[in-house]
Amino acid sequence: MADEKRLSLNRREFFGHLAVGWSLFAAATGGLLALVFRFTFPNVNFEPTMSFTAGLPSDYEKGVDERWKNAYGVWIVKHEGILFALSNICTHLGCVPNWLPGEQKFKCPCHGSGYYVTGVNYEGPAPRPLERFKIVLNSEGKIFVDKTKIYRAEKGEWNNSDSFITV
Amino acid sequence: MRELINKLSDPIFSFPGAMLLYLALLRYYRIFGSKKFAKIALVVILGLVAYFFADPNFFLIITTPDNIPISILFVLVSFFTWLTFHKAAENDKRIEQGLCPIEGTPENREKVWTWPNLVYTELFTIIAGTTFLIVWAILFKAPLEEPANPTWAPNPAKAPWYFLGLQEMLVYFDPWMAGVILPGLIVVGLLAIPFMDTNPKGNGYYTFQERKVAISFFLFGWLVLWLYLILIGTFLRGPNWVFFGPFEYWDLHKVVAENNVNLSEYFWIKGLGVSMPKNILLREIIGIIVTALYFVVGLPVVTKLWGKAFLKSMGQIRYYIFMFLVFSMVSLPIKMFLRWLFQLKYIIAMPEFELNL
Repeated sequence: MADEKRLSLNRREFFGHLAVGWSLFAAATGGLLALVFRFTFPNVNFEPTMSFTAGLPSDYEKGVDERWKNAYGVWIVKHEGILFALSNICTHLGCVPNWLPGEQKFKCPCHGSGYYVTGVNYEGPAPRPLERFKIVLNSEGKIFVDKTKIYRAEKGEWNNSDSFITV
Repeated sequence: MRELINKLSDPIFSFPGAMLLYLALLRYYRIFGSKKFAKIALVVILGLVAYFFADPNFFLIITTPDNIPISILFVLVSFFTWLTFHKAAENDKRIEQGLCPIEGTPENREKVWTWPNLVYTELFTIIAGTTFLIVWAILFKAPLEEPANPTWAPNPAKAPWYFLGLQEMLVYFDPWMAGVILPGLIVVGLLAIPFMDTNPKGNGYYTFQERKVAISFFLFGWLVLWLYLILIGTFLRGPNWVFFGPFEYWDLHKVVAENNVNLSEYFWIKGLGVSMPKNILLREIIGIIVTALYFVVGLPVVTKLWGKAFLKSMGQIRYYIFMFLVFSMVSLPIKMFLRWLFQLKYIIAMPEFELNL
């Protein structure tokens, strides 16, 4: 009788309510986080693949080749007897440099970083050279570029045999 | 003449120029704050504007829709800076004569009702502001551009106008410094002002004489380091982020000979004539020492020369936080001068850890 009239909870009931409330809150938060996590795996991905076949080494003239730049963000450079795949992301703040054939340099339009044809930085604020990607010849003798493997000059990785093709 | 202006507006000359102008402004603020000076300056500036507008290249840059806020900003900041110093000069004169500031006179201490006095003003401001924005939106188009493309960037790629000062800073610093640490310190420093500045003078009235240090440091950061850099970034940075004078054509192929070198390369290769040591810390030891000296030796020296009175009145914690913020702020012009004079890229360069100073 008295129980029906009382307005306050006893300790056991209070903790019961608290447990239910927090469980619901945790479940809702967890569900939301799960949705956010799912969001990072889109059903359809319009991004280019991380690796591609880029034809025969003989397709490339000496110098910088821009044919894969728009599709994959890669310059294929033939320079001093080697062929390598240069990333088109500026090492300063991730802008996209332009290749200036007249000046024979890559020049970033955001803060003025400049790179030699080899990808080595020499002007502006860029702290390190452009990154090179893994480049190998496949069984048909065609160039295969793998963007998931990165070679950084300041770590001495440009000597790695997978970072260039001798031509 | 135009050639000369083009040359002089290069940051190498115009930044020291801006600093000198700023120091002159502080030194002769009573002349700057007079009505006579304002009238003469207005005539001179209008003449200059007419002369500048006659140039097709300048006209093209100034009338770009994106750049119009900067022109408005320039006019507004000039006016309000003058107004501040005008009122401060008047009050300082009165205080010297032993009178109270103008804001403290009995007729100015009269109180009015929020309604209608304030609300009417606000209503009028809202209507005027809205009208202005609508007219602006009709007159100047802001069309959508092509969809974003991760493999292509416009040239020059410019940040929104209010961030162009930061973008200009990034030319001299590593992104971690100019993009995260220094802007963070700006925000933290502004938040810290009320806790560091315990000077009760100047509350509710304009004065310069009674708050010299506070106003000088703040306006140095605001006028010289922030606004000047925005002006440079907006009007004088063209394709490839190369500097262009106000009358110069934005030539995509303008070549500027630049070859930036790290301090460690200067020391080991050019100075000692040996190859760079393999050990990263040893390689950058000079830069680390220089940076440490800047703070560890610079702070006590500055304290000894100028800061004793402040140290006493502010207390140690306040004083050293304030000096740390000032030292960080001053590091920007120092780095800029080092770049211009010695082609110096980074004092400490550790690209292996994305850590460059």
